[in-house]
Amino acid sequence: METLREVLYYYSENGWYVWDQFFRQFLMSAYGVLFAAIVGIPIGIFIAHHNRLSPWVLSLANIIQTIPSLAMLAVLMLVMGLGPNTVVFSLFLYSLLPIIKNTYTGIRNVDHALLESGKGMGMTKFQVLRMVELPLSLSVIMAGLRTALIITIGVATIGTFIGAGGLGDIILRGTNASNGTAIILAGAIPTALMAIIADFLMGWLEKKLVPGRKKKKAWGTSAEKIV
Amino acid sequence: MLKFDHVSKIYKKGKRAVDDLTFEIEQGEFIVLIGPSGCGKTTTMKMINRLIEPTEGNIYLNGENILDIDPVKLRRKIGYVIQQIGLFPHMTIEQNISLVPRLLKWPEEKRRERAKSLLTLVDMTPDFLDRFPFELSGGQQQRIGVLRALAADQPLILMDEPFGALDPITRDSLQSEFKKLQQKLGKTIVFVTHDMDEALKLADRIAIMKEGRLIQFDTPDEILRNPANTFVEEFIGKERLAQARPHIQTVDQIMNQAPVAVNGDVSLTDAIKIMKNRRVDTLLVIDEERKLEGYIDVENIDINRKKAKVVSEIVQRDIYAVKTGTLVRDTIRKFLNKGIKYVPVVDDEHHLVGIVTRANLVDVVYDSIWGEGNGVENGVHS
Repeated sequence: METLREVLYYYSENGWYVWDQFFRQFLMSAYGVLFAAIVGIPIGIFIAHHNRLSPWVLSLANIIQTIPSLAMLAVLMLVMGLGPNTVVFSLFLYSLLPIIKNTYTGIRNVDHALLESGKGMGMTKFQVLRMVELPLSLSVIMAGLRTALIITIGVATIGTFIGAGGLGDIILRGTNASNGTAIILAGAIPTALMAIIADFLMGWLEKKLVPGRKKKKAWGTSAEKIV
Repeated sequence: MLKFDHVSKIYKKGKRAVDDLTFEIEQGEFIVLIGPSGCGKTTTMKMINRLIEPTEGNIYLNGENILDIDPVKLRRKIGYVIQQIGLFPHMTIEQNISLVPRLLKWPEEKRRERAKSLLTLVDMTPDFLDRFPFELSGGQQQRIGVLRALAADQPLILMDEPFGALDPITRDSLQSEFKKLQQKLGKTIVFVTHDMDEALKLADRIAIMKEGRLIQFDTPDEILRNPANTFVEEFIGKERLAQARPHIQTVDQIMNQAPVAVNGDVSLTDAIKIMKNRRVDTLLVIDEERKLEGYIDVENIDINRKKAKVVSEIVQRDIYAVKTGTLVRDTIRKFLNKGIKYVPVVDDEHHLVGIVTRANLVDVVYDSIWGEGNGVENGVHS
């Protein structure tokens, strides 16, 4: 109870500061995912259409994913210097794998019959992509973005080590202070909250964007259905 | 309308999927491509809308070489229906039906009107327009699949085993429905299947293929009557050939070749004697060249006994006769419809060559029930 009171006291004294850092961290994550989406979705589509490339691209993205976040930041810092830009770039790298992989899987899993009937009816390659492949893989691609956003929100906390700010600042201050439990919590709780809210919002967005999503079960198996 | 000119498709390693195919299809014909799997029937069909490019030869659509047409534009002019139906699950029925019109940039109003009027063709109500494919049964879905191929009024439609994934009852009703629709709209159809019953039911002409080659290309009747070789015979199946026999047999094969006939100058007394001896109630009347003139029967002799002396005076000339080579199938129908007891068979010059009586038809029925071995078989295979 004592700790909780201290946390609330911290918020009442530093409310704007916490909000500032919260927002800053969110922006870093969002930018990272946004840039990764701009790069990753086209890559995913490309390797789905040129399947021979997919093992190479996917293993490269996998390797990036395995680099410990602290090491990644340190290396990037050597090249790009301190500040939020470096953090955004490393978040961009971390987001690539889930986004590329999900785009690839989503597009590959579109029923072959649908592609053939689209092509056979006279769609151009681009029309097949826009009218068939993307709408049908949208839910899987969205799931990739969702995963990426949640990963980056966590990783962004470390940004404090290279002076990018964010809620990590508050947590780090807590670890440095003797008896800093309350301060650590004051930073950790909003971070967790942010991840949960982001997850929820992305889920909502996904539902909004994909028409007839709850009917997904019937997809593809429709041919086997009997009267 | 569609012409294949020495078309081959050769894959790497020299495998010839389609080998030197040459044939022509007329406007409004229903063509079925059939053969065992791997015979190249689907490849042949897909070359028409350039989903597969021919290696050698040319294909002409209305005189235009399809290799000179942009494939996307070509495909929009040709309807395409596949076995897996391939309705887009994220689009409503209306969007699915009016997809090609949309690609062709028809105005919104016109597209909706078209979709509505198409639905009435298959007895579906306009409230289906706003539903999604998963809400429909398999049969309804494939009806929409067919409508989608009709949407932009394409004159030629390609169908790749469209009814293969449906249950037998739905398949059967859809086949009949579709055949009617095709005749009504006068579309040219190229239809791929491996189901011989389906082919016999739907086709105007059947193209039987094997290992990329065209073995026989003919009407169903002709294929049943004269299979080109043992492969075709086997492919059709003994049972189906036997079943089909009444349909493809001609009257020549079942008729009685020695009908009881008299000349016009025979006296009535003699005529009655002949009737008594041969145990018949009717005599066919012929002239000196055996040309059929008419008939006399017991009743008619009885009425005119006093007045007339010779057969020619009382001969009834309104006689119904069939030509040699007429199918038994068609003859049976007349027996049933007109309630007649016998039909004389004549050749092109109206010479009497035989007679088909109800007894002959009964023989046919027995043969088709209890199979071969009653001498009918020889007639079919020779």
